[in-house]
Amino acid sequence: MTGTPLVEFNGLKVKFKGERTVHAINGLSLSMQAGETLGLLGESGSGKSVTLKTLLRLLPPRRSEIEGEVRVNGTDITTLSGRALSAYRGGEVSMVFQEPALALDPVYTIGDQIAETVMRHKGVGRFAAMEVALDMLNRVRIPSPERRLKNFPHEMSGGMRQRAMIALALACRPKLLLADEPTTALDATVQIQILLLLRELQREFGMGVIFVTHDIGVAVEVSDRIAVMYAGNIVETGTTRDVIKNPRHPYTRGLLAANLHGAVKDERLDAIPGSPPALEEPPSACSFAPRCAFARPQCLAGLPPVTDLGAGHSVACVLEQPAFS
Amino acid sequence: MSKTEAESGQQDRGGPGQPLIIAKDLKKHFPVRSGLFSRRSATVRAVDGVSFDVMKGETLGIVGESGCGKSTTARLLIGLIELDEGGIIFDGDSLGGDIGLKELRRGVQMVFQDSYASLNPRLTIVDSVAFGPKIQGLDKPAERARDLLARVGLDPDRFAQRYPHELSGGQRQRVNIARALAMEPRLVILDEAVSALDKSVEAQVLNLLNDLRREFGLTYVFISHDLNVVRYISDRVLVMYLGEVVEIGPSEAIYAKQAHPYTASLFAAMPSMDPDNRTEEPPLAGDPPNPIDPPSGCRFHTRCRFAEDVCAARKPALSIIGGEEAHLAACHIHEPGSGHSLANREAAQ
Ligand SMILES: Nc1ncnc2c1ncn2[C@@H]1O[C@H](COP(=O)(O)OP(=O)(O)O)[C@@H](O)[C@H]1O
Ligand SMILES: Nc1ncnc2c1ncn2[C@@H]1O[C@H](COP(=O)(O)OP(=O)(O)O)[C@@H](O)[C@H]1O
Ligand code: SF4
Ligand SMILES: [Mg+2]
Ligand SMILES: [Mg+2]
Repeated sequence: MTGTPLVEFNGLKVKFKGERTVHAINGLSLSMQAGETLGLLGESGSGKSVTLKTLLRLLPPRRSEIEGEVRVNGTDITTLSGRALSAYRGGEVSMVFQEPALALDPVYTIGDQIAETVMRHKGVGRFAAMEVALDMLNRVRIPSPERRLKNFPHEMSGGMRQRAMIALALACRPKLLLADEPTTALDATVQIQILLLLRELQREFGMGVIFVTHDIGVAVEVSDRIAVMYAGNIVETGTTRDVIKNPRHPYTRGLLAANLHGAVKDERLDAIPGSPPALEEPPSACSFAPRCAFARPQCLAGLPPVTDLGAGHSVACVLEQPAFS
Repeated sequence: MSKTEAESGQQDRGGPGQPLIIAKDLKKHFPVRSGLFSRRSATVRAVDGVSFDVMKGETLGIVGESGCGKSTTARLLIGLIELDEGGIIFDGDSLGGDIGLKELRRGVQMVFQDSYASLNPRLTIVDSVAFGPKIQGLDKPAERARDLLARVGLDPDRFAQRYPHELSGGQRQRVNIARALAMEPRLVILDEAVSALDKSVEAQVLNLLNDLRREFGLTYVFISHDLNVVRYISDRVLVMYLGEVVEIGPSEAIYAKQAHPYTASLFAAMPSMDPDNRTEEPPLAGDPPNPIDPPSGCRFHTRCRFAEDVCAARKPALSIIGGEEAHLAACHIHEPGSGHSLANREAAQ
């Protein structure tokens, strides 16, 4: 394989304490190379946002416990603090959200916000920073960018705000962009514009992207590789082609069927029964077993082993073990 | 209120050939302030001359981008808001003439996207489901509610006494479905009812909706932005753009070949699901325009790649597509003699 991975999770565990204990991430291991787009696919509560927040060090320190390693470009980021942490955030890594309000300040113009970030991270003057802001609005294809620099977020349509947020996130040329369902609230015709824009900018800037989504179709549209998450762990990873055309984990197969792409009218859907587990206890067996049509006694006996099928395709399911094939 | 009045929403009177709903030229405009600081008021043409039928036992899907008027159409059908113009005929009875809002509301129930906001947080779910029947003076409301909970897959012994916050989104949506059915409606409008659910749960609820439709002989109006889901559940599909119907027809016909350029764009915007054949060009640029000041002529002309002068000048009428009377689209390309260069000139008379 190529040198140091851009991102490497090694047995990550995240637990929230409080009135209720939540074991949100349960021994997640995953790595991605620079310049790659990884689609992190899973249903709500599977731990996608917590994974991104861990990477950006956004978890509430008192109420969360983190175990395991998270490396970005070889550096363990779980121990960063002070100046190193702020240089890392917004400089090396930045994030776009489903809700632009989380990134854009309503009381400053788009131009001021982008310029301010550039001044802080690149140490350039205001004039040069404004030039960067204008260039960024051009790159995200906002029409009449000079005029839009002076707009407040509420003066823009939904799709334009999403573009402005992307411009802000990319202004400092991060090596890694974290995208948390940035198109989920958009109409389909606007969503596809934003997806294609992100794909282009990714290529242009050569950055790595972790794209979180619950929509398999969206994951296919943007990702080189897909990692499928369930109950705080990765159940299957592989190239987008392998995961879509040769899904091995019963949960991945269920998700593909539930997408209804090509479902026949009036034919009963092959729905996954039940709902995801509560995460109050750390898992001691396959978390999917209670909903799985193929579950064996072994599935409940211990955590499922991860089988490497080659070419970066790996599956956490006992059925992949030689004894079952 | 006489007994017959109360029941008139419930019984089939017009026979199988009579559409359950005839919506004729529905109009609903909302006054709004035109800008943040402006005092001048403007008008949102939320629903602007929408006509369609819903046949008994069928599922009519309604699709279109947010703001195109789907929910307003639904709220008009259920009598939640008043029509500005146009008429609704429910199984042969016209609203306002033969029947009043009360009867219409008993015959038509609605399930919304937000499963939580639709339920009273202080009522147990069995009380929520029994509430409507109790108000209506129906027999044994609690028993009826327990039966319905069982029918939607929520074991009443386990779930009846729980509160909405103790349920998952999928379970709450099952409660909302039970609550709608408790009124013994003939038409159920599902307004993005499965859109907030996770995919695996959505499939379970779709199976349930199909079962209930057969069992109770229901008719559905199914509003969704997910074209895969609409295809799976609908017999016919209606496509809206900025308060108007741009295309309506049998699902298979529309999914095989979209007649209206806007419908075609909506389909082209769906993710490809094929890693070897990803989408390369977005079918449309920009966001949908504002329904406050809709474009002249064909409202889609500002985004349509086939637009010609005639499109801005004149509003296209719904025309028959491919000789199939059930399939209509409003586009000058399909209107013989419209003057559009792609229209069939021979057919002009
Ligand atoms: N700050 C927090 N405190 C307690 N629990 C949390 C917190 N953030 C997330 N969780 C829980 O962690 C789990 C994973 O959440 P999340 O990563 O947001 O899921 P998603 O895959 O939908 O993004 C959920 O059960 C969620 O309720
Ligand atoms: N009560 C209201 N007052 C003012 N405008 C409204 C009201 N209800 C809906 N609208 C406007 O009418 C248009 C259609 O809305 P709606 O029917 O909710 O669309 P959809 O359900 O297709 O997203 C939108 O522009 C919306 O903002
Ligand atoms: S009438 Fe003209 S603008 Fe409207 S959809 Fe047809 S070709 Fe496009
Ligand atoms: Mg999330
Ligand atoms: Mg709506």
